Amino acid sequence: MDVSQQNKSGFPGEVHPTAGGGILVTKLDEVINWARSNSLWPLVFGTSCCAIEMMSTAAAKYDWSRFGFEVARATPRQADVIIIAGTIVNKMAPVLKRLYDQMADPKYVIAMGACATSGGPFFYNTYSVVKGADHVIPVDVYVAGCPPRPEALLHAMIALQEKIRRGAS
Amino acid sequence: MNKEELKTRLQELLPSPAFEEGAEWTTVVTDPAGWEGFAWDLRGAEGLDLDYLFCVTAIDWKTHFMMVYHLTSTVYRHTVVVKVKLDHDDPVIRTVSDIWRTAEFHEREAFDLFGVVFTGHPDLRRLFMTDDWKGWPLRKDYEDPVNMIKL
Repeated sequence: MDVSQQNKSGFPGEVHPTAGGGILVTKLDEVINWARSNSLWPLVFGTSCCAIEMMSTAAAKYDWSRFGFEVARATPRQADVIIIAGTIVNKMAPVLKRLYDQMADPKYVIAMGACATSGGPFFYNTYSVVKGADHVIPVDVYVAGCPPRPEALLHAMIALQEKIRRGAS
Repeated sequence: MNKEELKTRLQELLPSPAFEEGAEWTTVVTDPAGWEGFAWDLRGAEGLDLDYLFCVTAIDWKTHFMMVYHLTSTVYRHTVVVKVKLDHDDPVIRTVSDIWRTAEFHEREAFDLFGVVFTGHPDLRRLFMTDDWKGWPLRKDYEDPVNMIKL
């Protein structure tokens, strides 16, 4: 998807000007999705080095709050999106599943980096690593990289917003 | 003490010590037979005072196992590395958890991943792996067709 093309028309719908104001014509589903996409609260969750890049994405230089992700939550009950930032090992898998189950609907998942996508560098000859977090919970957006740069994570987060606006997630 | 002084002191404690050269720290190789007395000496002997065990490692060399103990003295600030060769079919060594308390967890880790048995250990159980896990995952000959994809 072309990220550069989005956010230009932002709000789904059009305003028909009338005397003293205007009438908004839109679809309720699209307005709800638009609202959801602009206020995604990420869960504070990181299992290895990708979490360092994720923290950088949240911090002043890249500042994901510019896109509506400002409130990172330390409890899954208040979070909308979980960024799987790092390796998921077999012992962590039930914990991840429980966190995901504790999140309130609607909820979204970003698999950040090679480990969360496929096991990455731990795909072969490892006894402990889950070969892709999508064996445990459903994933909306995958990010390549080991670890991905903050720009790549931001791209994935904006892609997730676009996906939500399209009603695809 | 510097490296040469440490070597001289260790020669007094051990009948025929084998030293490894070229490493950062004074490295002595021994066998499990006299390990208990030697370990107590390392901790308490005059001038050595190696009171801090900062790393315990197990290595699978396929022909044998090697336990590596990194010891340092908080009094003299010198460091000694002790390597102990173990039989590959029956890796057993006397615990040092009563000499250096920190060894308790380190030895549990070595037991968990390599299957090295530490006699006299107060609580030798699995540490990282689940309690019902079969096998020793960091051994070179470890096979796990369920979880592992071989390359």
